[in-house]
Amino acid sequence: MSKGSPISPSLMAQKAPAAAGDAVKNKDVAASVSSIVDAVNPVQGPNNIVPPTEMTGSQAVVRSLEELGVDDVFGLPGGAILPTYDPLMDSTKINHILVRHEQGAGHAAQGYAMVTGKAGVCIATSGPGATNLVTAIADAHMDSVPMVAITGQVATSVIGSDAFQEADIVGITMPITKHSYLVTNPEDIPRVLAEAFHIATTGRPGPVLVDIPKDAQQAKMTFSWPPKIDIPGYRTVVRGHSKQVREAAKLIAAAERPVFYVGGGVLKAQASPDLLELAELVGAPVATTLMARGVFPDSHLQHVGMPGMHGAVSAVTALQQSDLLITLGARFDDRVTGVLSTFAPDAKVIHADIDPAEISKNRTADVPIVGSVKEIIPELAQACRERFAAEGTPDLTEWWTQLNRLKNTYPLGFTEPDDGLMAPQQVIERIGELTGPEAVYVAGVGQHQMWSAQFIKYERPRAWLNSGGLGTMGYSVPAAMGAKVGNPDRVVWSIDGDGCFQMTNQELATCALNNIPIKVAVINNSSLGMVRQWQTLFYDGRYSNTDLHTGHETVRIPDFVKMADAYGCVGLRCERAEDIDATIKQALEINDRPVVIDFVVSPNSMVWPMVPSGVSNDLIQIARDMTPEWEEED
Amino acid sequence: MARHTLSVLVEDVPGVLTRVASLFARRAFNIHSLAVGPTETSGFSRITVVVEAEGDLLEQVTKQLNKLINVIKIVELVPESSVQRDHILVKVRADAATRLQVTQAADLFRASVVDVSTDSLVLEATGTAEKLNALLSVLEPFGIREIVQSGTLAIGRGSRSMSDRALRSA
Repeated sequence: MSKGSPISPSLMAQKAPAAAGDAVKNKDVAASVSSIVDAVNPVQGPNNIVPPTEMTGSQAVVRSLEELGVDDVFGLPGGAILPTYDPLMDSTKINHILVRHEQGAGHAAQGYAMVTGKAGVCIATSGPGATNLVTAIADAHMDSVPMVAITGQVATSVIGSDAFQEADIVGITMPITKHSYLVTNPEDIPRVLAEAFHIATTGRPGPVLVDIPKDAQQAKMTFSWPPKIDIPGYRTVVRGHSKQVREAAKLIAAAERPVFYVGGGVLKAQASPDLLELAELVGAPVATTLMARGVFPDSHLQHVGMPGMHGAVSAVTALQQSDLLITLGARFDDRVTGVLSTFAPDAKVIHADIDPAEISKNRTADVPIVGSVKEIIPELAQACRERFAAEGTPDLTEWWTQLNRLKNTYPLGFTEPDDGLMAPQQVIERIGELTGPEAVYVAGVGQHQMWSAQFIKYERPRAWLNSGGLGTMGYSVPAAMGAKVGNPDRVVWSIDGDGCFQMTNQELATCALNNIPIKVAVINNSSLGMVRQWQTLFYDGRYSNTDLHTGHETVRIPDFVKMADAYGCVGLRCERAEDIDATIKQALEINDRPVVIDFVVSPNSMVWPMVPSGVSNDLIQIARDMTPEWEEED
Repeated sequence: MARHTLSVLVEDVPGVLTRVASLFARRAFNIHSLAVGPTETSGFSRITVVVEAEGDLLEQVTKQLNKLINVIKIVELVPESSVQRDHILVKVRADAATRLQVTQAADLFRASVVDVSTDSLVLEATGTAEKLNALLSVLEPFGIREIVQSGTLAIGRGSRSMSDRALRSA
C-alpha cells in the first residue's frame, strides 16, 4: 500500500467525519506534519525501549533510523560515510536506494516527503557528496519540505585542515537549513537524529542536516532508545489565538469581496478537509497557489484557479479586487503579488501561518494568526458559524457575478501553434485527463511546469509536486522517483522539459534497476522554453543560448528514445497530435519498467496568462499585448 | 537609522554565534557591536548585539532570529529601562611632561591607569558610549596610540531576569 496519506478516490471523501467544531483531531495520522507539536512525544516512531547496548556510532545511525520508523532512504556512499554503509547493508527494515548523483538523492527525498508527509532521508559522503546535496536542501528549505540529510565528514582530527574531500557542509548549508548538527561525540547520535526528525517534520517543516565525522561513526558508544530530547529554543505555536480567530470571523462576516488565498501550508498541515468545510461555509472564492494545487479541488465551483504571474485571470482578479484576503499557509511570494505596493490594494488581510516570521513580512496583516492551519481553520469555521448565526451569512452574489463573468470570458486555454507542431498544453492536458486525479504529477521548472499547474485538474492534495520557491531545473525525474517509492501504488508522472530532463536523467538508471516504474513525459520544445519566451517578449526575439537541438528537424542530441533504451526504459516518441492519446495509453499500460516519452512540441507556444515582471497584477495579459476588459467600476 | 540593543539568550553550543551573526549579515544588517559571555545558568550564553536598523526590518530579523533552534529568547533593551555599558582600554601618549594632565583627565571620567611606561599610559574606563566618546575626545590632543573596546553590555533594570521564564521549562 501507499505510505502516509491513504489512497482515496478523490479528497471529497476525506471531508472530516468528525462533528463540526469538534476540537479533537485524529492524532493517529501517520504523518502529523506541523500538527500538535507539544502534545505528543517528540521522538517519532514506535518508541521501542532499547536497553543500553554497546555498538559503533555507525551502527547507532542505522539503528536510530530503524527506531524512528524510517523505511526508505536515498543515498550514495563514499569514504567518509563508508562506516555507516556497512551496517546499513544488514538492515532489514531500511530500504536504501542507490542513486547516481547526490542531487538525485536529495530531490528523491523531497518527492518522498511530499507524497507521504514523512521526512525524506538522503545520505551522502563528505566534500563533493555533501555539496551535491546543497541544491536539494535549498529547494526543500524554500518549499518547506521535511527532510533529513545525513552526511559523512572527515575525521575530527583533520577537520579544518583541507583534508581530502573536506567541506564545511554545516557552514555551507547554514542559511538553507532549518537546523544542522555536527556530531563529534558518538553518544549523541541517537538524540541528534531523533531531534533532527522532530525539527524537520514539526512546525514549519524544513531540511535538517546531520554531519557525522568518520571517527564518530567508527567509535564505540552505548545505544539506548528512546533518547531524551530537550530543545529549549524550539517551541512551535500550534493553536491560534482565539481572540484573533474571532476578529477574523468578524472581518469575514463584514466582507463583500472576500477570497481565500491558500498556500502550501494547508497541504503540509493536512488541512484540506477542514479548508473545504470552511470555504463552503463562507462561500467565498478559493485561489490555490502553485504550492497548494489540489489542496482544494479544481472541480469545485468555488475554485477560481491559481494566482500569480501565470495565474488564471479569475484568480488574479479575485485577489486584486478583493476587500478581504483570507490567507492560509501562504507567504505573499513575489510571483503571486507582482509589484507588492499594487497588490490587492483594497483588501484587508487575515494571515494565518505557523511561522511568525512570515506574518507581515511582505504584506502587513490586519489580523495575524500564528499557529497551525490544522487547528486554526476549524476554529475559524466555528467562529464564522456563530457570527453568521447572529448576523446572517454574507451575501456574495454580486462578487460571484463579477468573478463568474471573468471565469467564463477568460478561461484557461491555448492556441494551436502556427508551425504545425503539437501544442505542449494539449499533451499535458491529455496526460492529466487520461491518468486522472489519483496519480501524482511531478514537474520540473519552466513552461511545462506552468502548463502542468494550469492544465491538469488536481482534486486532492499531494498529487502535484514541483520546485516552487527555488525553481530548480532537474527536480522532476528524481522527485518523481522518490514519489513513486513513497506511493508505489499510484501512477507517477514526471512531466519534464528537454532542458530540465538533461540535468538529472541519470536517475533513470536508479529507477530501472530498483523497479521504480515512473513515467516521464519530456515536453520537448528543443529549447530552454521559459527563457526563450522571455527573449521573445522582452529581448526582441534574440534567442541567446536557448536552443538545445533536441526537437523537430534538429540533430536530436541526445535522442531521448535511444537514451531511454540505453537506460533500460521504454522509449516512445510522439510527434503528431493524433498520436497523443494512443502514446499516453501505451505508457499507462507499461508498469514493469520506467517509460520515457519524447513529445516533440512547438517551441513557439507560450505560457499565458502572464503578468510581466515589474508591473501590477492589474496588467495581466491573456495573450501577447492583450489585457482583459474590466468592468466599468474599474 | 536608529540603533537598537538586542539581548539574545542562546544555548552555549558550537556555531551559535555564527548562526546569529550570519543571520544579520544575510539581511545586510550592520552589527555595530557584539558581546558574548556565559550566564548565571550553565549551558546558556547571552549575546548583546547592537544593530542599526529601521523598526520594521528589525522586527523581521528578530522573528528570523527566534526561528534559530539554538536561540532561546530575544529582548530589545531600550536605554530608558536598561543599564548599558561599554568597556574600553586606551593607550595614550604621556611622557613626564604630560602624564599628570592625562591622569587628571582620566580621574574626571573615573578611568583608571592600568599600565605605565616612560612615554605612554593605558587607561581603563567603563560607561555609556557617550561618556567614553567624551573621554576619548579629551585624550585626543595627547595622542591616542591604540584603542580596544568591548561590545555593549546591557541588562534590564528592576528585579526581573531575562532567563526567568525562558529557562524554567528547559
